[in-house]
Amino acid sequence: MSDEEDDIILSELNDEELVAQMFDDLYDGLKEEIEEGVEILLERKWEPYDILTKALVGGMTIVGNDFRDGILFVPEVLLAANAMKGGMAILKPLLIETGAPRVGKMVIGTVKGDIHDIGKNLVGMMMEGAGFEVVDLGINNSVESYFEAMEAENPDILGMSALLTTTMPYMKVVIDTMVEKGVRDNYTVLVGGAPLNEEFGKAIGADAYCRDAAVAVETAKDFMARKHNQLAAG
Amino acid sequence: MTTPDDATLRDDGLAPPRDVGRVLLIACGALAREILAVKESRGWEHMALACLPAILHNTPDKIVPAVRAAVAKHKASYDKIFVVYADCGTGGQLKAACDEMGVEMVEGPHCYSFYEGNAAFAAREEVTSFFLTDFLCRQFDAFVVKPLGLDRHPELRDMYFGNYEKLVYQAQIRDPALEDKAKACADYLGLAYEYRFTGYGDLETALAAQA
Repeated sequence: MSDEEDDIILSELNDEELVAQMFDDLYDGLKEEIEEGVEILLERKWEPYDILTKALVGGMTIVGNDFRDGILFVPEVLLAANAMKGGMAILKPLLIETGAPRVGKMVIGTVKGDIHDIGKNLVGMMMEGAGFEVVDLGINNSVESYFEAMEAENPDILGMSALLTTTMPYMKVVIDTMVEKGVRDNYTVLVGGAPLNEEFGKAIGADAYCRDAAVAVETAKDFMARKHNQLAAG
Repeated sequence: MTTPDDATLRDDGLAPPRDVGRVLLIACGALAREILAVKESRGWEHMALACLPAILHNTPDKIVPAVRAAVAKHKASYDKIFVVYADCGTGGQLKAACDEMGVEMVEGPHCYSFYEGNAAFAAREEVTSFFLTDFLCRQFDAFVVKPLGLDRHPELRDMYFGNYEKLVYQAQIRDPALEDKAKACADYLGLAYEYRFTGYGDLETALAAQA
């Protein structure tokens, strides 16, 4: 967070110092430094899952909290996310290889008529960081597109995102169709986006409205825990 | 009534005149010039204008409380209050607040829609267009470049605008200099450019219904 960083040689830091430095580098959106930090931890025989959760997700949690508290703004969060993405790109194939724990599976996309995917991308990335498998449908998704993905991927969670007042009602169209087809209860439906609120989420029959990416992750984890408890009890 | 400069309209808004009229328009500062132009051309002397800071456009969650406070402040001094905002990203909450306060507001999702005419705008189904009005064109730096951090981090441009295809400049008045600026804005964002003269569209109709 200062010019002094120019002089820091990451490979000379011990593990604890390096992780702390990676938190700072994530905060400052320094993608190359994050990639270097990940490589160093891998060389030190850290498990990919530990790098992901302890260094990257830990750092992004601070970013998320400061965004929520009005200390950071969208540009800084995007830079941090971009840095995290750099680290994730290295870790992702290794996570698959090492069979890292999988919390659940989510299909996510912006609704029909909506091309604004910044929030959706952040949620997807943070969900991946939290151990979810994420199938990203991209932007402008019709009911058919969501259904196709739900049938093909059999996710635990359906995530829908909208930035516009004009497109958010489409979430209800998707949920109503799920009810009509008798599949609503097969999925946890999470919705988010700037013009939404909790009341809207309830009104359209979603399981939860998620204010930001961090809340989305916590909410998804809660629902997965409930699901496991139900299965265990059942 | 003298029109205040854009920076004042952006950050402070506009206080209503001391002499109370029959109708108070509580508007977004981004609409002040246009409302005053319509008001003057129609000779609606009985209408007074108060504006909230236009920059609320970038934080829609602050619009409803600001409108509520303005209505509460002025309600006793006017026979009627008309809120010159569309939904403006409030997700229906502004309409709910206006209904609760017993005041009317402009129909439509946002000013891009009512300038063009809500029906015509909806019919176009323009998903991949980014819109500028006269005010937003003049205030492009303050409303787009700086809040999105593009001045400091131009590399973020495509993360914000990568899914857009064109910038549509909806002109309320004919001004070649503004058109040049709008074209430059489109280039800056890496988008195709379209000029569309709208005039005041449904804004004028909505005001006329309050006259």
